Amino acid sequence: MYFESLAAAWHMEGHGGYVWLAYALTATALVLMVWLPLARHRRHLRWIAADQRRQVADSP
Amino acid sequence: MLSADRPHLSLLAAFGRQFRRHGQALMASLAEVANPLLFFFMVVTLFPLGLGPDPTQLAAMAPGVLWVVALLASLMVSARMFASDFEDGSLEQMALAAHPLAVLALGEVVAHWLATGFLLALVSPLFALMLGLPSQGLGVLVVSLLLGTLCLTLIGAVGSALTVSIRRGGLLLSLLIIPLNVPVLIFGTAAVTEAVRGGDPSTWLALMGALAAGMLALVPLAVGAALRISLDS
Amino acid sequence: MQRMWTFIHKLGSPPWFFAFSGTLVRWLLPVTVLLLALGACWGLLVAPPDFRQGNSYRIIYIHVPAAVVALAGYYVMAIAGAISLIWRIKMADVAMRAAAPVGAVLTGIALVTGAIWGKPTWGAWWVWDARITSMLILFFLYLGVVALFEAYENKAAAAKACAVLTLVGTVNIPIIYKSVDWWYSLHQPASLKFTGESAIDASMLYPLLVMIAAFYLLFAVSVLLYMRAELVWQHRNASWLRQRLGTS
Repeated sequence: MYFESLAAAWHMEGHGGYVWLAYALTATALVLMVWLPLARHRRHLRWIAADQRRQVADSP
Repeated sequence: MLSADRPHLSLLAAFGRQFRRHGQALMASLAEVANPLLFFFMVVTLFPLGLGPDPTQLAAMAPGVLWVVALLASLMVSARMFASDFEDGSLEQMALAAHPLAVLALGEVVAHWLATGFLLALVSPLFALMLGLPSQGLGVLVVSLLLGTLCLTLIGAVGSALTVSIRRGGLLLSLLIIPLNVPVLIFGTAAVTEAVRGGDPSTWLALMGALAAGMLALVPLAVGAALRISLDS
Repeated sequence: MQRMWTFIHKLGSPPWFFAFSGTLVRWLLPVTVLLLALGACWGLLVAPPDFRQGNSYRIIYIHVPAAVVALAGYYVMAIAGAISLIWRIKMADVAMRAAAPVGAVLTGIALVTGAIWGKPTWGAWWVWDARITSMLILFFLYLGVVALFEAYENKAAAAKACAVLTLVGTVNIPIIYKSVDWWYSLHQPASLKFTGESAIDASMLYPLLVMIAAFYLLFAVSVLLYMRAELVWQHRNASWLRQRLGTS
C-alpha cells in the first residue's frame, strides 16, 4: 500500500479527481459491456418463452 | 450491350468501353462536371469570410484549406459514382459480363476521376492564388492533387460501392471513407507546405505515388466484391 | 492436426458453440472480474507514483489496456471478416458483428481516459497528439462498421459488406498510424514532448500487465455474450434451442 490513509488515496496529492473520474467512467463502460449483451439475451429468451406459450394456447 | 454477347473482347477493350461509356454519360451533363468545381470555389470563398482577410494568415493556412476542400469535394461526388448504374440496371449487366467486375469498375472509376479530381487539380492554382499561396507551392499543389484525388476517388469508389444499395447512404459514406482518407490528406498537405517553405517535397510526393499505385492494384478487387454484395442485398 | 480441424468444424455448429461458449463464459467471467479488481487495486493503491507526473499516471492502468485491446479488436474483426468471406462460416459473421460495438466502446474508453489524463499532464483536455489522433481515427473506423451493418436491411449482405470494409481498413491502419506519426513530428511543439513511458519500472509494469490481460478477457467475454444473444435470436425457431431451453 503506497498511501497512508484512505483519505490520502482519495486525494492523491491533488490528482484524485482525475484518476477516480477516469476509473469510474471506465467501470461504468465495462459493466455495460457485459450487461448489454446479457439483457439482449434475456429479451430474446422472453420472446421465445412467450412464443411457446402462444403455440400451446393455439393448439386445441 | 456489354460483352456477354462478345466474349472475344479483350480485357483492355472491355475496360476502355466501360471507361468511354461512363465518361460520355458524365460529359453529357455539364452540371455533374461543374458541380464539384463550383463547390470547391464556394468553400474556398468561405474561409476568408470566416477567418478574416489577413493575407499572411490565409497564405499560412492555404495548403491545408485547399486540401481539405478538395477532400470534401471528392467526398461529395463519390456518393453518386455507381448510383445511376445501380438504378438503371447496368450494374447487373456488368456483373454478368464475361470480364472481371473489378476491371470494368476500374474503368468507371478512372473516367470518374478524369471528370472530377483531374479537372479539380488543373484549376486548383486559380483558387490557390486567391488564398495567397506562395507561387513556389503551385506546381507541387497540382501534382499532389493529381495523385491525391486519384487516391480519394479510389477510396470513394469502395465507399460508394458499399452504400449504393442503401437509401440515404450519403452521410454513412462520409463516415466510412473520411478515416481512410487521412493519409492522403497528410501527405498532400505536407508536400505543399514543404514546397512553400522552400524544401524538397519529393518524399511526400513519392509516398503519395506509392499509395496511389498500391490502391490502383488492390482497390478494384474490393470495389468488385462490394458491388456484388450490393447487388445481392 | 485432425483434432484441431474437428474442433474448428464444431465451432461452426451453432448447438455445439452455444453449449461450449456457455461453459467458457461461466469460467472466464469470474476470472476477468478477479483480475480487473486485482489490477485496479494494485495500480491505484500499491504501485508507487511516477516521479514526473505524480499520481495522475495511474490512469495508465485503464488507458493503455483499453487502447491495446481496441487495436487488437479491429484485427480480430478483420480475421473474422476474412473467414466469413472465404469459408462462408456463419459464426464468423456473428463474431465480427459482435466485436464492432465492443471495440468501439474500448476505443471510447481510451479516448476519454486519455483526455482526463491530459488535463493534469498537459493542462488541456484535448491535445492533438499522434496517439490520441490515431485512436480517434480508429474510433471512426469502428463506428463506420457498426453504422454500415445497421444500414443494411439484409443482414447476410450487411455482414459481407462489413467484412470488405474491415479488410480495407486493416490494410489502411498501418498507413494511417504511420502517416499520423509523421504529421505529428512535422508539427511537434517542443513543450508537448511526452517522455513518461520510455522506461517503466517493474513495480509499475506488473499491474499494467494484469490489466491488459483482464481487458483481453473482458473483450472475449463480451464478444461471446453478444454472439450467444445473437445465436438465440437467429435460431429462435430451431428445435435444438427450444429443447435446451425447455429442459434447463
